[in-house]
Amino acid sequence: MAKYEPVLLKNVGVPNIRTLNVYRSRGGYNAAKKVLTEWTGDQTVEVIKSSGLRGRGGAGFPCGMKWSFLPPDRKITYLCVNADESEPGTFCNRVLMEEDPHQLLEGILIAGYATRSTAAYIYMRVEFHEQFHILQKALDEAYAAGVFGKKLFGTEYNLECYIHRGAGAYVCGEETGLIESLEGKRGWPRIKPPFPAVEGLFRRPTVVNNVETICCVPHIVERGVDWFKSIGTENSSGPKLYTVSGPVKRPGCYEAPLGLSCRELIFGDDFGQGMIDGKKVKGCIPGGLSVGVLTEKELDCKLDFDDVRKYGLLGLGTAGAIVIPHDADIRQVLANVTRFYSHESCGQCTQCREGTNWLYKIAQRIAMGAGRIADLDLMVEVTKNMGMMGGLSICGLPDGAAFPIRTIVEKFRPEFEDHIRRQEPGRVEQVIRHVNPAAYELPILGQRSQPATV
Amino acid sequence: MAWQTVDRLTPVVDEKAPAVLSDAVREKIRSFFPRYETRRAALLPALHIVQDALGHVSLSAMKEIAEVLEIPPSAVMDTMSFYTHFWDHPKGKKVIVLCRSLSCQVMGADRVLAEVKDQLKIDEHGTTVDGQYSLLTEECLAACDHAPCMLVNEKLHKRIKPDDVGKIIKDTKNADVSMLRSDLFDKPAMASVDLPTTSDVKEMKDA
Repeated sequence: MAKYEPVLLKNVGVPNIRTLNVYRSRGGYNAAKKVLTEWTGDQTVEVIKSSGLRGRGGAGFPCGMKWSFLPPDRKITYLCVNADESEPGTFCNRVLMEEDPHQLLEGILIAGYATRSTAAYIYMRVEFHEQFHILQKALDEAYAAGVFGKKLFGTEYNLECYIHRGAGAYVCGEETGLIESLEGKRGWPRIKPPFPAVEGLFRRPTVVNNVETICCVPHIVERGVDWFKSIGTENSSGPKLYTVSGPVKRPGCYEAPLGLSCRELIFGDDFGQGMIDGKKVKGCIPGGLSVGVLTEKELDCKLDFDDVRKYGLLGLGTAGAIVIPHDADIRQVLANVTRFYSHESCGQCTQCREGTNWLYKIAQRIAMGAGRIADLDLMVEVTKNMGMMGGLSICGLPDGAAFPIRTIVEKFRPEFEDHIRRQEPGRVEQVIRHVNPAAYELPILGQRSQPATV
Repeated sequence: MAWQTVDRLTPVVDEKAPAVLSDAVREKIRSFFPRYETRRAALLPALHIVQDALGHVSLSAMKEIAEVLEIPPSAVMDTMSFYTHFWDHPKGKKVIVLCRSLSCQVMGADRVLAEVKDQLKIDEHGTTVDGQYSLLTEECLAACDHAPCMLVNEKLHKRIKPDDVGKIIKDTKNADVSMLRSDLFDKPAMASVDLPTTSDVKEMKDA
């Protein structure tokens, strides 16, 4: 494969790239100027639509399509940029905001113009302290230079841009949760429809896009649709930021065309460069925690929007790979994954609130050495009965919880069974008695108080 | 025994207490109003500002925020209790936030957490007796390439080994962010270091 020339990360490492002048000297804001002075908003939407740019936030919804859903007779439109990057294993948005803040701002300007937005809100998670200060300084500079504000580039177009800081909630990365949180309420996702494109922030038409999606926009404008389509595979065009973390030699954020294989990401010379300390790969979570797990044998899975589904995964997700080494206890991994979702479930839908907590309790019990073989079936059963795909929940969080838990249990089942068989006898009874003393003292339970042995 | 009655006529002492929020804080909250269509949308920035100024958001502070935003106090508490970032009781001068998600766990975050607990002699959500440190664990901090990582106030410490913990905790400048700050939100209350702000830089440029 020929050496790939980075697009989104092309400015990384350039000294003082966070200042406006240096960014401009490298061709920055040319695309924005071209769009604002030469194109109409609808024309821009058409260009993005024909480029086949799909949202990079996880769901992979076509970006141009999202923009074209806005009602044509609208007066006020809002653009929300989702920088609430909380998916474990993902940090490409952080890198984009840290290394090249003006690229994001230029993308916001174009996206705002295309959607005829009056204000753009960057919803940034609160743990991004340094990134907030970097982006705010870049924004101040852009305002001072007339990039944001009134009558931009000599046209009649006005756009205000604000950074809104979140306060530590994973569910605010969901688009309607983000909107609720922006309105100053708890980040409870809304029932759709109405979709945000019709009735979103402050009940106005709203577009919510991920940072990475927005960052792709200036490059499409500058280099054209054909160039963008020539990168990647047929249904998944464009460059993508892949992140790899865990015990690899070179963890970090790398850019590649869509369709990179997971093995390449971990072992490739341009990417992770293999494992440290001679460790072996037990499994890999290829796209942020919510997509599910690949075993060592399945590492040849191509990371694009379609191929991942053949391996029982939810989707591409955010393409943030977490490598699980061979010496990690799979029971601890499962306990960690279930804890994440039980902690981050917002508590609106019953099967998510109760289901994730139930799964966490079971996983904890297995990790304490008091598992039962029946627990594994029970976990799979619970995950099959939660989520938006079954029409049971408002948002996709329980789907995101179901896939990793189910794939871990199913793909590593022999290992779990092995652990459970080697548990010390009497441990199950001891732990259950410790967790719930009533189970042994209430006579009404009768036979049910006997520990299950199957 | 006679019926006991509750005296609701005499005002509760707390309501007579002096205002918690200073005028500067109120003004700062009001400066966020033009950004949003509704007053309530300025609630999250308001909570950030109050927590930065006072260290935590007390019940009386919540009431006063509600006054400024012209929303019911219950709405403030409703929103505040949802988010993990806000404290309704005093916290330590520095808050240590350890990442406990999968990437950090496979890189040994458990050992780092045990070491921090051991050194500070506190448990999660605890504050040391001298009020210097509070300890929290959070889900992914989006710094998985630097796993295991930990935040001390605003500073991110990367690739921590259990042996480094003692050094980081003893360092008085461990919350010092090495880059320029925006004036928009203050640095967290009671931080012992003075960090340059953007207005400082303007002065530096002018000079």
